[in-house]
Amino acid sequence: MAASEIAQRKQLLAVENLTKVFGTLKANDGVDFDIDEGEIHALLGENGAGKSTLVKMLFGTLQPDGGQILWRSKPQIITKPSFARQLGIGMVFQHFSLFDSLSVAENIALSLDASTPLSKVSEEAERVADKYGLSINAEAMVGDLSVGERQRVEIIRCLLQKPNLIILDEPTSVLTPQESDRLFETLETLRSEGKSILYISHKLDEVKRLCDRATVLRHGKVVGHCIPADETPSSLAAMMVGESIHTIRKVADETDKNREIVLSVQNLSQKPTGPFSTALKDISFDVPAGEVFGIAGVAGNGQFELFEAMSGERMQKDAAMITFRNDPIGHKSINERRKAGAAFSPEERFGHAAIATLSLADNILLSRHASDANVYLSGGILKIAKPSALRKTLSRIVETMDVRKSGENPDAGTLSGGNLQKVILGREFDRQPSLLIVDQPTWGVDAGAAARIRQSLIDLSKSGSAVVVISQDLDELLEMCGRIAVMSEGQMSEPQQASTVTRETLGLLMGGANAGQAA
Amino acid sequence: MIRIQLEKRAQHSAIFSLTSPLIALAITATLGAIMFLLLGKSPTAALYSYFIEPLTDMWSIHELMIKAAPLILIATGLSICFLSNNWNIGAEGQFILGGIFGSALPILYPEFTGPMVLPLMLIMGIIGGAAYATIPAFLKAKFSTNEILSSLMLVYVAQLFLDWLVRGPWRNPEGFNFPESRTFHADAILPEIWFASGRAHWGFAFAIIIAVLMWFVLNKTLKGFEVRVLGLSPRAGRFAGFSENKMIYTAFIVAGGLAGLAGISEVSGAIGQLRPVISPGYGFTAIIVAFLGRLNPLGIIAAGLILALSYLGGEAAQISIGVSNKVSAVFQGLLLFSVLACDTLIHYKIKIVKTMRGKAAL
Repeated sequence: MAASEIAQRKQLLAVENLTKVFGTLKANDGVDFDIDEGEIHALLGENGAGKSTLVKMLFGTLQPDGGQILWRSKPQIITKPSFARQLGIGMVFQHFSLFDSLSVAENIALSLDASTPLSKVSEEAERVADKYGLSINAEAMVGDLSVGERQRVEIIRCLLQKPNLIILDEPTSVLTPQESDRLFETLETLRSEGKSILYISHKLDEVKRLCDRATVLRHGKVVGHCIPADETPSSLAAMMVGESIHTIRKVADETDKNREIVLSVQNLSQKPTGPFSTALKDISFDVPAGEVFGIAGVAGNGQFELFEAMSGERMQKDAAMITFRNDPIGHKSINERRKAGAAFSPEERFGHAAIATLSLADNILLSRHASDANVYLSGGILKIAKPSALRKTLSRIVETMDVRKSGENPDAGTLSGGNLQKVILGREFDRQPSLLIVDQPTWGVDAGAAARIRQSLIDLSKSGSAVVVISQDLDELLEMCGRIAVMSEGQMSEPQQASTVTRETLGLLMGGANAGQAA
Repeated sequence: MIRIQLEKRAQHSAIFSLTSPLIALAITATLGAIMFLLLGKSPTAALYSYFIEPLTDMWSIHELMIKAAPLILIATGLSICFLSNNWNIGAEGQFILGGIFGSALPILYPEFTGPMVLPLMLIMGIIGGAAYATIPAFLKAKFSTNEILSSLMLVYVAQLFLDWLVRGPWRNPEGFNFPESRTFHADAILPEIWFASGRAHWGFAFAIIIAVLMWFVLNKTLKGFEVRVLGLSPRAGRFAGFSENKMIYTAFIVAGGLAGLAGISEVSGAIGQLRPVISPGYGFTAIIVAFLGRLNPLGIIAAGLILALSYLGGEAAQISIGVSNKVSAVFQGLLLFSVLACDTLIHYKIKIVKTMRGKAAL
């Protein structure tokens, strides 16, 4: 954008000092930015940086706790999405809200005035589609469409409401590169018509290629405004992940090459297991005893699938794809892996690691009924649970992990996130596993509990166990890990030494650059 | 404008967990009274003959146990299904198949007598019901077919199959062309518990014993834990190393087997032969019993007795005040409706809010 144009640009939306607090977490802390007419503005940040919260406030699904939103220089309180649409704000969500068993036209009609006849909807939709190069057959069933086509339906639906500002939330996260290219052409056409676009992404090359300006968020705060064209992917990555200096604790002596390999993953590949699942592509790494091995990456790049593969919740095609202490375990179930000495802690606390409506003692039984059957079960094949033994373990965990709870054995759902996470991890520490795989150990956990959890993980590795930590928090990984590998689109980078790797390199790897480019 | 709003409770209410079945009974009785009033009958007399009269003499207490036995047996099996999130609606069909399988012995081999006949019949009844329940289980495990539809539709198949059998190949050769099988010989009849006082047969004893055993399994053993975990969260179940598919088969086979046992007990103990209709809808009523008993086998014993009363009351009211016996189906419907509605109170608070019609509402 040339200097003369900047002078005459017209501001469409401005956000001033916007703040949103959830409990003790400031999801948005004094956020400022503005969008002009005919601008593509990027909102850049890691997962958990506060992008979604900000957008939800703009679209009226959340109300800010402080600050204001200006629309064409007038303060507005956006109480609900319908009011946002009235103003002229449209939104295309990351996960689509379409009915598979209805046609494209029917899906679009659902969001329009009820009186519009279906034939007119198809006509309108096809007119808009042609104009913006969004070729689509209005009679087709949505269930038969590809992901890219479904996104086009969402965009057409949004455009039919004639918005001035279109918010796109991670639009390319589900698209192939070719589909992405077509999307960019559409967005550029829209820009040339004077429409504004708020483009949320963590993909640096896209932002650099497409966006006029960018606002970078980290931990709920704006860390900078920039013009992506003037930046390099590295400088953008540095802004996104932060450059704060911290001390790295060496966990184990890295020069000792004779340590036993505890976990070895060799050429692990796996097809996507569902519509929003990522394929795993040829992943290989070794974790020796005494190391904390970190796996970084933006959510949805295959970390969850890798966790399921390592835990045995999903078994492998080839037994040799995963080896645990020289034993191929690819065909072994999660409980067989546990009996051999492995332990797991998934990301999702409720509904995966624990069940909210069961007591804590029952939740201990959940992961340990097979590996510690002799302690918790009696009565031979009847397998009668022993509540007293479970409660004893619970009080041991509560003691060592400093869990705060009300009552002796409350339902898991009554604990705060941090305290429940201490129970979930404590349940595995208590077994002294020789391998522990944890996904997001401190996600949504307050700082005190997070520090305690990290210390416990380090202590476990010092005692000679191998620990694998999957996390989106680079600070956490750099603090704890010996080596860090990065997942991107189902592939894993070469592991990097945590003591020497820069955040910039990690940021680039997270954005999909390969190791050669990054180094 | 006033709007009624449900607000989720932070923790489920212990008071309402206990009282919601009672509130449901009270609502049912109130609605029932209104219904009788609309029919032009005295509500108090009608409710008396419906709910109190059947409990006033020994004979009808035996009848109550006869009706309660299949309800308790079936509902106990269904509790495993419903707790593990398997919606078996086809217990009626599994009941019928149990009756048919078990009856095969005395009908096809009437000359085979002795003490072995009855145990074999009961075992075959269990196998028949379990095998029939395996069909929707297989369809669900293999093809993710909705088990509500498949199990329900198999009920009609079973009903027509029974109808065909008793009119065709299994019709009593000495039965003057009535659509009935031959009557069972003495060794094939499930005996009464207290012969002197009434007709109640051993089916009721089976029901109580099995319900108590099932309570133990569900509440004290790892298997029961597995049932609940898989019902609450399949993903947490997988994390615990439990197999969803195995649970589908287990739940359906246990429920089908118990429905089959109820079926052959009813045929052998209460009817003594096969007829085109052997159940007044026990398999469906047992669904109400299971929920009224809060899917707890001990609660199911109490709920089974209450629902059995609604059958008896229907018959009594038909005689004493002359209302159609369809009224008992209405009562059962009202009861299920009220039970499900009252369960909302356990997890939600009811709030009445005054709202203004906003201009921005689109």
